[in-house]
Amino acid sequence: MIKDEDILVVDQPELSAAERLYIPQILDGMKTTLVHLGQTLAGKGRTVQYPEQQRTLRLENYRGVHRLNRDPDGRVACVACFMCSTACPAHCIHIEAGESPWPDREKYPVKFDIDELRCIYCGMCEEACPVDAIELTQQYNLVGRTRQEMILDKEELLSIFDETKGVKPRRNPKITGYPTTGRREHGEPQASTPAHARHDDAAAGRAGSNPPSPGAPQTGDRPA
Amino acid sequence: MREFLTSQFAVSVALAIVLLVVILTTVAYCIYFERKIAAWIQDRCGPNRVGPWGLLQPLADGLKFVFKEDVVPAHVDKPLFILAPAAMFIIGVIGFAAIPFGGQWLIDGKLLDIQVAKPDIGLLYILGVASMGVYGVVLGGWASNNKYSFYGAIRATAQMLSYEIPMGLCILVAVLTMGTLRLETITAEQTGYWLGFVPQWNIFLHPIAAFTLFVAALAEANRTPFDLAEAEQELVGGYHTEYSALKFGLFFLGEYAHMIVASAFIAVLFFGGWHLPWLPWTQPEATSLLAVLVKMLVMGAKICFFLFIMMWIRWTIPRFRYDQLMRLAWQRLIPMTLGLFVLTVILLYFDKHRSPLWALVGNAAVLAITFWFASMRRVEITGRQVNMPRISGIGRASQSPDIHVGRTGQGISGVQA
Repeated sequence: MIKDEDILVVDQPELSAAERLYIPQILDGMKTTLVHLGQTLAGKGRTVQYPEQQRTLRLENYRGVHRLNRDPDGRVACVACFMCSTACPAHCIHIEAGESPWPDREKYPVKFDIDELRCIYCGMCEEACPVDAIELTQQYNLVGRTRQEMILDKEELLSIFDETKGVKPRRNPKITGYPTTGRREHGEPQASTPAHARHDDAAAGRAGSNPPSPGAPQTGDRPA
Repeated sequence: MREFLTSQFAVSVALAIVLLVVILTTVAYCIYFERKIAAWIQDRCGPNRVGPWGLLQPLADGLKFVFKEDVVPAHVDKPLFILAPAAMFIIGVIGFAAIPFGGQWLIDGKLLDIQVAKPDIGLLYILGVASMGVYGVVLGGWASNNKYSFYGAIRATAQMLSYEIPMGLCILVAVLTMGTLRLETITAEQTGYWLGFVPQWNIFLHPIAAFTLFVAALAEANRTPFDLAEAEQELVGGYHTEYSALKFGLFFLGEYAHMIVASAFIAVLFFGGWHLPWLPWTQPEATSLLAVLVKMLVMGAKICFFLFIMMWIRWTIPRFRYDQLMRLAWQRLIPMTLGLFVLTVILLYFDKHRSPLWALVGNAAVLAITFWFASMRRVEITGRQVNMPRISGIGRASQSPDIHVGRTGQGISGVQA
């Protein structure tokens, strides 16, 4: 039961005489829409004409379609350990293991299917992979005409690797404190510099350089 | 042959054909610009895939309408079902006949009117045609044999009938001032200047009437904020729910044709028709072919201006509630325009009806009285429950048995029982 003192009755605000006429309100709204119209006509629209223009993504931590990496010999790098399909929260990875034809490993995937429609692109598969065989690329324009088409098999995943060979996908990106995500508090370390390195520098500076004399004005860390 | 070609009859027929083509094209491009303006206002791009800047979009839409399956549901009243869109479209288009588009053309010593028909009662003709526009809506709703369509039709009928009264009164103000029902005379009478530079357009005599006429025209054409007849949240599609393909397209064309007629009508009555101050080709004395073309351009520009404002309003203001709509017409616009009418009659009696000073003073008085009624008496046209006791504060406002109070955070918490 909600107590009476917990209920706050909010009344509609009293309208002023001008507001009750309704016309100034309408004119005000028309001004707003006209400004928007002018802005869009002046080329300040935000639309990306998709097929012709591509969005600039923050590729450093974008998670797109998977790829199945090859090792330097061109063989599939996967050792069919099932770590990724175990880690997968969406159960979208289906692996069938077979005995490896190569002497340096015991198993290899006979089948390796990923249902890209079921996948939630969380990136846990690549975190789980012990041999860095599965990675998420930065490709986001994945389309298909049927659901079946969106289940990528081993060959397709390998061909995605061949296409994106030159690009190294992000690895353990530092999500928090990323320059364009959210707000950074003043004095927080730059995301591009690893936090521990910065600490070490500061510690080294403090130990190595001469401490400023108490009387001298503080000019910062830079040695004179 | 030349004798025939330069006769008024030939000119009228030629103009009628040209107008029909031009109007159909304009209507198609109205839809294009409606979508473009909507997009621009909402920070989007609008149709831009068919042709350069999407300019062929109306063509594609028209083709789509032609080739879609034309469904006639089994439960409809078939003759009326087919008649309704035709009525809508024809009534929308024939209104143009009496609009003076380009003054007069002097050829072979004959003065020809650039106007399809030149009846003595041109204004009444347009008024009559405009009020017949409700037939398309009513027939469509009735013949569809569908409750939602019928609701839409009922709403549209009541709304059009209500708004015809302030519209008629505004027109009466203009007619009394100009002393004629001939639209071409009304245009020609507005071509003088006050103080040597202010054009004698009726808007400078009766701005309120012009504004009210515009509002009423919006309601007549079933445009936002008065498009209750097709409130898709409540009525699916309104009176044209059951229509498809070309019949639906005709309803669409009819609506836009209605808008164009209304714009032309307002331009002629209050904005000087084809007249533009200081431009030599738009004076009534100019009768060359060039002058005629310039006048038609000016008229077209004025029509486009009003069409733009209608679209601009559509994408700015939300729809009225039905009681607000009715209250606006019956409690605000009709008394106000009646006041204007009385004012005009008084001015006419004292022979001051062409004097902007007296007219503007009278207009200001009418406006002040209306605003006093509208705002000081705390009865808004927006329809807020003003007679409701105020219940602000903390605690359950259950002292008054008439009021139920909801929980915090539900916005308006007092509901009148």
